[in-house]
Amino acid sequence: MIGVGKIKQYSNVLDKPLNKGKQEVSLSAFAFLFSELVQYNQTQVDNIAELERRLEDAGYAVGARVLELLCHRERGNRRETRLLGILSFVHSTVWKILFGKVADSLEKGTEHEDEYMISEKELLVNRFISIPKDMGTFNCGAFVAGIVRGVLDGSGFPAVVTAHFVPMEGQQRPRTTILIKFAEEVLRREARLGG
Amino acid sequence: MHAISQQLSPTIGCTGIDLLEADTFDLHCFQSLTGTKFFVVCEPGTLYMDVLLKLIYELYTDHVLKNPFYEMEMPIRCELFDLNLFQAVQKDRVALLGR
Repeated sequence: MIGVGKIKQYSNVLDKPLNKGKQEVSLSAFAFLFSELVQYNQTQVDNIAELERRLEDAGYAVGARVLELLCHRERGNRRETRLLGILSFVHSTVWKILFGKVADSLEKGTEHEDEYMISEKELLVNRFISIPKDMGTFNCGAFVAGIVRGVLDGSGFPAVVTAHFVPMEGQQRPRTTILIKFAEEVLRREARLGG
Repeated sequence: MHAISQQLSPTIGCTGIDLLEADTFDLHCFQSLTGTKFFVVCEPGTLYMDVLLKLIYELYTDHVLKNPFYEMEMPIRCELFDLNLFQAVQKDRVALLGR
């Protein structure tokens, strides 16, 4: 019979096994969808700060779900409890699942104890986006910052996460830095655990 | 121009102007499936302009259409599009003319 493939069709989506492979999505399809997300939010807000917050909130929902999925798929239902552990989890595992590669670099902030930075030469979500001059420092990477915040919040590391453009000499396009600022309680707990 | 040429054309099945040759310049045209037209003005006798036009079309779909801040029918002010277009033309010039 034509059309009967090897894949078993589940009538209830909840019965589908969670480990069902990693499918790939077309970059163009995602780019159009993301562009539409930004455009839709633009019509709903009055200023740029609101737009950034909305994109971040959208990313937060993604982050929370990605954390659950990854903990089950990759980590065998364990989650990180140490600061460096969760940071390297975000930097490698989360980035690998979302963007197909690990993040370019993970650095500790020099000015403050509670700041860490994940840098990327060019965020995947920003690949086709050119910010007009009159939007100032707006960065669609706020979506990715939201994802990171969702992952960190879900793991018990409350933080403020923002995305910034950092101009580099010798390169036309600035690189993007996700700045993570952990809450007080995280540092206190980390100190108590002997970090 | 396309509509006029379609009616004037001596051959059947004409879809519009592809190439306009003049003394001091050539005008190449590429029409997408949606009717968006791309024109390139170049020195007479330049080769491989259709390849360049296809490349420009690709750049257009990538950096202009996927840009949430671009409004349709407005002049294109996308930094990425300009950058990649410039690079494509430079590469083209170097490869073809050795300059």
